[in-house]
Amino acid sequence: MNSGALFLAVFLACAVEAVEATTIVLAAGTARDWRSALVGVASGLAVLAVVIAALGPALSAIPLRSLRLFVGALLLIFGLQWLRKAVLRASGHKALHDEDKIFREQLAAARAADNRSVGLVGDWYAFTLSFKGVVLEGLEVAFIALTFGSNQHDIPLAALAAVSAVLVVVVVGVAVRAPLSRVPENTMKFAVGVMLISFGTFWGAEGAGARWPGSDAALLVLVPAVALFGLALVAVSKPSAPHRIASTPPTSPTSPQAGF
Amino acid sequence: MRRVKAFLAFCYDFVIGDDWTVAVAVAVALAITYAVSKTSVPAWWIVPTSTAVIFPLSLRRATRRG
Repeated sequence: MNSGALFLAVFLACAVEAVEATTIVLAAGTARDWRSALVGVASGLAVLAVVIAALGPALSAIPLRSLRLFVGALLLIFGLQWLRKAVLRASGHKALHDEDKIFREQLAAARAADNRSVGLVGDWYAFTLSFKGVVLEGLEVAFIALTFGSNQHDIPLAALAAVSAVLVVVVVGVAVRAPLSRVPENTMKFAVGVMLISFGTFWGAEGAGARWPGSDAALLVLVPAVALFGLALVAVSKPSAPHRIASTPPTSPTSPQAGF
Repeated sequence: MRRVKAFLAFCYDFVIGDDWTVAVAVAVALAITYAVSKTSVPAWWIVPTSTAVIFPLSLRRATRRG
């Protein structure tokens, strides 16, 4: 259960953020300069690698109980943020993440910006847009992968999940050469939120000294309970039709994001 | 100085997010769990119960903000 949950949570979190980063890089490359955009991606990945290399050993050095308390608290706070966004989007209070719309906006902004070269970078705007996209979208995922991995004593599995997700998204992105607007981002965000809250609750309470009934088996109750609670909140939070926000794209029952 | 402020603002946004009460509630719940775990009373239920209370409240605030 734990290894599977670790892989799933990190894979989904990483895939969601990779889809968003891909949209930004696509806009920077298409509207400006592919070389500068790709240099931005490489630089962003290098910064993330440094952060992971610095944080990884530091986390491993913390005693397990303190680590669980610290990491549990952070995962719980992150999870509540992810799930809140997912519930708000699923219930129609917030517009679904529309990759096509974001791509068009980024494209227009990129085309309007001035051209400036700095050092080896031919187009500074394309570079910084890609760099920021990769670092900002990647930082939270790197943190989730590291904290999940270190708590489970399986950072390699977390890293494998993260790399697999990035590869899948990049391969699909390159194949379709368009924003990955059909990816059910909100459903994935909901699932990640559920995982983060469940594991954050479990590890946080354990780190604070609590003993769970059934030990690790408590997670088998926590995960579905949090998911059902989230689904119930989606149902309860749905406003009446006239109050639904106008910018929410229509979803058909067969749409991958229908209901989420 | 401006860069330090920007970095601190980024850290706050990264960790705390757009509802600081959630972070405070989590910290308080864990502190209570720690205190209760020192007694003979079971403490595992405190964090899930706190989450079940704070999350709908945070959601409600967000929907009211629009």
